[in-house]
Amino acid sequence: MSDVLLQGTAEGERLKLAGAGAWVAENARGLEAQINAATKSGAAAKQVVIDMGRVDRLDTFGAWLLERLTRSFAARGCETAVTGLKADYRALVDEVHGVPPEVPARRRSNSLIGVVNSIGVSMVAVGASIGAFINMTGAVMLAVARVITHPRRFRFTSMVHQLDNVGWRAVPIILLITFLIGAIIAQQGIFHFRKFGADIYVVDMVGILVLREIGVLIVTIMVAGRSGSAYTAELGSMTMREEIDALRTMGFDPVEVLILPRIVALIIGVPILTFFGSMAALYGGGLVAWLYGGISPEIFLQRLKEAIDLTTFEVGMIKAPFMAMVIGIVACVEGMAVKGSSESLGLQTTASVVESIFLVIVLDGFFAIFFASIGM
Amino acid sequence: MAKGNGGRDVVIEVRGLTVGFGDHIVLDAIDLDVYRGEILGFVGGSGAGKSVLMRTIIGLLPKRAGTIKVFGVDLSAASDAERHAVERRWGVLFQQGALFSSLTVRENLQFPIREYLKLSQQLLDELVVAKLEMVGLDASALEKYPSELSGGMTKRVALARALALDPEIVFLDEPTSGLDPIGAGDFDTLIATLQRTLGLTVFMVTHDLDSLHTVCDRIAVLADGKVIAAGTMDTMLESTHPWLRAYFHGKRSRAGDREAMNVPLEPR
Repeated sequence: MSDVLLQGTAEGERLKLAGAGAWVAENARGLEAQINAATKSGAAAKQVVIDMGRVDRLDTFGAWLLERLTRSFAARGCETAVTGLKADYRALVDEVHGVPPEVPARRRSNSLIGVVNSIGVSMVAVGASIGAFINMTGAVMLAVARVITHPRRFRFTSMVHQLDNVGWRAVPIILLITFLIGAIIAQQGIFHFRKFGADIYVVDMVGILVLREIGVLIVTIMVAGRSGSAYTAELGSMTMREEIDALRTMGFDPVEVLILPRIVALIIGVPILTFFGSMAALYGGGLVAWLYGGISPEIFLQRLKEAIDLTTFEVGMIKAPFMAMVIGIVACVEGMAVKGSSESLGLQTTASVVESIFLVIVLDGFFAIFFASIGM
Repeated sequence: MAKGNGGRDVVIEVRGLTVGFGDHIVLDAIDLDVYRGEILGFVGGSGAGKSVLMRTIIGLLPKRAGTIKVFGVDLSAASDAERHAVERRWGVLFQQGALFSSLTVRENLQFPIREYLKLSQQLLDELVVAKLEMVGLDASALEKYPSELSGGMTKRVALARALALDPEIVFLDEPTSGLDPIGAGDFDTLIATLQRTLGLTVFMVTHDLDSLHTVCDRIAVLADGKVIAAGTMDTMLESTHPWLRAYFHGKRSRAGDREAMNVPLEPR
């Protein structure tokens, strides 16, 4: 870096600049500084001669900096001449000479306007995603109608394959998580209820909470994170590689071929997972109640029978397929919205998981109001 | 550095290179020399392993046996620092461009320069325009994302990125595939011009017979896991090897055209 690559000697109005050494990428930083210095110091010059005779290597970086040097002098009305340039480098220097002088400015915007703009853009995006959700729901309904009238068009194999992925393979992790959640609820309940001698009501709490709310919520949140994201990523990369377009041109409806089997698989799989998950949570709660709270399994079961009835179980199970449908539709909408870049695939997958978890919780709230008003 | 063929520098020296996947041997004890300042066209049937050889030389695929020396450095024996120094001196144009999809054209071109050299933002911006100009694009493409570019533009931007650090060798994997004949011809001219102005060594995997005719100094042919011939176009045309005859004298070749023209038309 400390090498002298450009040296100037002023003779009145005449400035002689002598280049030396390697004008290549590695030295570009030092060379730029020396060139800027030479431009400044030669402000008074009327005539500039640049001797390139002792420059032994030159690449695009060096050629451009030479071009910049001559241009900055020429812009001030100096006569500039380059001498002693090796013949090998002539073509490169000529090539760079043709580059237009104006470097277009980067797009910059006022920060306040930028903030307002981004708020506007995200509001429009929210509106668009609601529209896309409704649109996809309609397209899925149409596909369902077509499949009902022509049952052979349903992709049964594909559906079974998806069911294997989202249902069967999810069983171990779902069982583990719900078991732990049930155990934690029971432990916390016993710990606090014991203070006023109401430990036995832990059974009521675990039973109602798990069957009505926690079982289905934990399972759907797990499924949104596990399978919803997978759907979005699969469909998104298919969109990126024009596979969806290929399907369309062959006369297939992507909703029927790709999306319907996935959503049906979720609608079948999630209630089953919810059932298993609720059972595992009750088991975990019962185990903790026995080992930590001293409530024997017989008492736990008897108390559970009194605390819950079929309605409690139904309330939880009825919600499951609707939530599954929401997860499936959101995942597919986001998957189809992927654009060309890998960044957009990541963004849409994140959006898919966040939106579907949000919607599942909102939907759960609506169901709570609904069931309360019909007395379930 | 090794000398060969009348004292010319050998920049890439491949000896006894064997590459395979599972039971399948793709390259079987291959020898190949690439000389400084030449454009080597590398041809072979689809699936013959042309891209495999290129990817093995640049270190993306593991080899089973043999040595690869680039600038006289044995890459498998080299330290990380030596390898880096060599990698800094080559540029690669991938078949699909391999532009970073989440970066704009400007950022794609600046990325390698920014990583290796500490330059001012102004110089970076000017250099990017100069590099784009050299590959025949203007500054209007700067803020576009790769997904917004046409096939030909993608290739050009990818070439500009391969040339970003002024490498001494460029590897081109099917540079003209997917381009129309005019675009492909322009691209050939561009490669030849850049090769002359920058003094590049070009290793070009291609299927394009026109490219082979117009820009390649030498041609190497891969078939059955071996380099069956290497030499100028004339050597290829004179060869009697059946695969070479089929390739260079086939219906789609220029030699084929000439032969077809000497054959009188069938009377109707």
